[in-house]
Amino acid sequence: MTPARPPRAYFYATCLVDLFFPDAGMAGIQLLRQAGVQVIFPEGQTCCGQPAFNCGYWEEARDVARTQLALFPEDLPVILPSGSCAGMMKNHYPELFHGQPEEAQIKAFSGRVYELTQFLVDVLDVKLEDLGEPVKVTWHSSCHAVRDLGLKGEPQALLAQLAKVELATLAREHECCGFGGTFSVRQPEVSGAMVCDKAADAEATGASVVLSTDGGCLLNVKGALDQKGSPLKVQHIAEFLWERTHAR
Amino acid sequence: MTEARTAILERLSAAPAGGPPPLEDTAVMARRHWPAAERVVRLRKGMEAVRTEFLEAIPSDWPSVVQDFCDHEGIRNLLYGPGSNDGAALATAWDGEATLLPYDRPVEAFKTQLFTEVDAGFTSTVGGIAETGGILLMPGPAEPRLLSLVPPIHIALLRASTIQDSLWSAITNLGWGESLPPNALLISGPSKTADIEQTLAYGVHGPKRLIVVLVNDLR
Amino acid sequence: MHAETDILFRESAAKALLDPQLRANFRRAMDGLITKRKAQFPDPEDLQELRHLSTAIRSRSLLNLPALLVQLEAACTRNGIQVHWAETCEQANQLVLDILQAQGATRLVKGKSMVSEEMHLNAFLESHGIEALESDLGEYIIQLDGETPSHIIMPAIHKNKDQIARQFSQKIKDAKYTEDVDELTAMARKVLRQKFLEADAGISGVNFAVANTGTLCLVENEGNGRMSTHVPPLHIAIMGLEKVVARLEDVAPLYAILTRSATGQAVSTYFNLISGPRGEGEKDGPQAVHLVILDNGRSRIYGDPQLQATLRCIRCGACMNHCPVYTRVGGHAYEATYPGPIGKILTPQMEGVGVRHDLLHGSSLCGACGEVCPVEIPIPDILVRLRREATHQDPASSVAGKGTGRTDAEDRAWRLWAALSKRPGLYRIVTWFATRFGWALPSGAPLLRDWTRFRTKPVPARRSLSERMRAERGSHD
Ligand code: SF4
Repeated sequence: MTPARPPRAYFYATCLVDLFFPDAGMAGIQLLRQAGVQVIFPEGQTCCGQPAFNCGYWEEARDVARTQLALFPEDLPVILPSGSCAGMMKNHYPELFHGQPEEAQIKAFSGRVYELTQFLVDVLDVKLEDLGEPVKVTWHSSCHAVRDLGLKGEPQALLAQLAKVELATLAREHECCGFGGTFSVRQPEVSGAMVCDKAADAEATGASVVLSTDGGCLLNVKGALDQKGSPLKVQHIAEFLWERTHAR
Repeated sequence: MTEARTAILERLSAAPAGGPPPLEDTAVMARRHWPAAERVVRLRKGMEAVRTEFLEAIPSDWPSVVQDFCDHEGIRNLLYGPGSNDGAALATAWDGEATLLPYDRPVEAFKTQLFTEVDAGFTSTVGGIAETGGILLMPGPAEPRLLSLVPPIHIALLRASTIQDSLWSAITNLGWGESLPPNALLISGPSKTADIEQTLAYGVHGPKRLIVVLVNDLR
Repeated sequence: MHAETDILFRESAAKALLDPQLRANFRRAMDGLITKRKAQFPDPEDLQELRHLSTAIRSRSLLNLPALLVQLEAACTRNGIQVHWAETCEQANQLVLDILQAQGATRLVKGKSMVSEEMHLNAFLESHGIEALESDLGEYIIQLDGETPSHIIMPAIHKNKDQIARQFSQKIKDAKYTEDVDELTAMARKVLRQKFLEADAGISGVNFAVANTGTLCLVENEGNGRMSTHVPPLHIAIMGLEKVVARLEDVAPLYAILTRSATGQAVSTYFNLISGPRGEGEKDGPQAVHLVILDNGRSRIYGDPQLQATLRCIRCGACMNHCPVYTRVGGHAYEATYPGPIGKILTPQMEGVGVRHDLLHGSSLCGACGEVCPVEIPIPDILVRLRREATHQDPASSVAGKGTGRTDAEDRAWRLWAALSKRPGLYRIVTWFATRFGWALPSGAPLLRDWTRFRTKPVPARRSLSERMRAERGSHD
């Protein structure tokens, strides 16, 4: 069932987009506004708590999650430009708060969480017009966006609306890029081997842009490609979509 | 080790009761169903894909099909179970060059010979599996277990009418769910391995060739 | 966030990554297995239905585990199979030795059994003068080199043809050097058939044990399992106590999903049902069959409702085939009987979450394992749970070694993180500094040092999104 088209929605930047990819966040906000949604960006955003949660430090994760929850009092959708953080808030908050006083409140909150492309496609059913030059891109499907959150091809559906964008499939599209949060520094060698392979696979597609929906993957893959001196550009899908639909 | 038994069972029984198990929907097993003629085709396709060879026969001529095969392949001797109906029928009709060896004494009496001198073994089957390919055997006093394992060639007699849809339906139809003889098995092809670099190689420990004599007894 | 306790896997993994031959062998093999599995499940809905059914069957089996084990024991006994129970590997080894010595058996052939690897049975028997020869081709290959399996289904997958060719020519009497797989297989056949013929006893694992009929199900392609269980006069089967199911009907879906998930085969060459020793009037088959049921920590795992899912495992190996970490480092890097994702959750639960903390963090939590697992074991969730157990002393928990993986450094790091992340004002100041001066952090700073070995240094944007949104709001006010 598609929820009714809401006039207003919250935007949650996520720590990595906030700090490393603010343009992507801005583009996500613009895409929503363009679709007629009034965007509320609450002050006081930090982190969804996933790093601590994944490492088993649930009390610390809960403390942080509580402060974030308080930012979204109204019964409005909460939109994140990250599949991983959306998965955390949607699927793991109920786990994290299981047996806690806020449990019921959390369940209601989690039901309002969306990843950006999910919201654009499944709720807003946006129509995009491609104003850019022909370009070949490739898509890195973030593990958490697909396996945890359960994206079902929404990003690809948006890209398919762009007439002059050719999507080249990445070899081993669903294999992890090796980020994994603290994994990248706790197991640097394996993580490094994974991201180097991902960078090589991306280059082999012949695309000029690698797109993804997750700050972590973007940071990781971009770092590896830059290290190689690769001309490949790495971009968050929101930023790419905004650029394509707005001639500058 | 009764203390071990008691301790283990106590620990297991002390575990907090879990919730009810998820519902079991067996539709995915039950819908694997084909008409009789198609079952034959599927079984062949499945088994040929793993290098099983087929010989076609009709109810009245299968012993001569086995015999012609043995003559043609230069098989010197064929081990069989004289106590089974099909084994007895084979022996009665036999006029081939290969010597028929009855498996009629405990294996200890001729183990070395079995491993080194027997060219082929003949068995009947109690059914086949259409879904994936495969034949079902119930070794026992009449047809010992090693007949289908030790000789380099295994010749198995399969009647088309006994081919079941799937292992799942065969278990029900053959009553295997209630009781089983000391040994029963499914065989889908000659012995094989992929342990060296994922490369398939046949005839690693068991038979190098599996010959199914398929008797068309469908009306 | 580094912890001393993470070192073991990290170091072995790093070493494995330096071996290009090993990496190529695994990548090729895993890519092949992924493709073959996929071809077996052309209809995704069919696959999900079969997974749900298999999960439900394994869950129900576990729900009734103690009763089923008692029923299995009774049915086996009725069938003439002698049943033994072992709480520990030491007990199980001793049981096996006692049975063998009572028969005066000194030459042993083994079918593939991961539980016997868990027990280190071969070494134990050899120390008592009993030759235990692995007869699965892959196991035979690694035994020749004194190695352990690097995969639970394909134990010699880390070796390529050339390596095996060299090994055979050196270690098998009168063997010539050949890289032809059929010829190599024929050499092993020759050696092993003689061993089957001469063996005093055979040892096997058990894929499924059926409680109501007292039946041991063995799944295999080579026929060595049948050789080991039907040719020698004595057969000893060893199983982990979780392997029992109520009835043979339960096995059909599990078998269907096992071979497809494991090697991408619709069916194995042999599916062997053993319900007793040589029966009345039978001319072959073992005179005696024994079943050893091993606990080794399983009953403790069973006591935890969430962790119990670990015991649903049917040992198909799909989780390792699809694991991006396993694919790169291979099975030996885990320094454990069970490698890959299932090993990462099973080993720490058996040996203690503190001792094998390294394994718990050897995962990016990408979820590939949970996605393909035929019995839907939520491996990533269990990893996270065990990470929590390793660093926290929950009085209600029964996890082995709980709390023993805690380090002051990690503790401090998370407390600091929380202190910062729950105070937006402070967070704002820190991000402000990061955006202004983050570029100035040296690449050699802790954490960054590891990151920048393979990537450029991540540089924060000049202004964070929050800051820009604040400005936007300001201009509207
Ligand atoms: S955990 Fe699942 S995928 Fe891994 S071996 Fe066990 S059953 Fe197979």
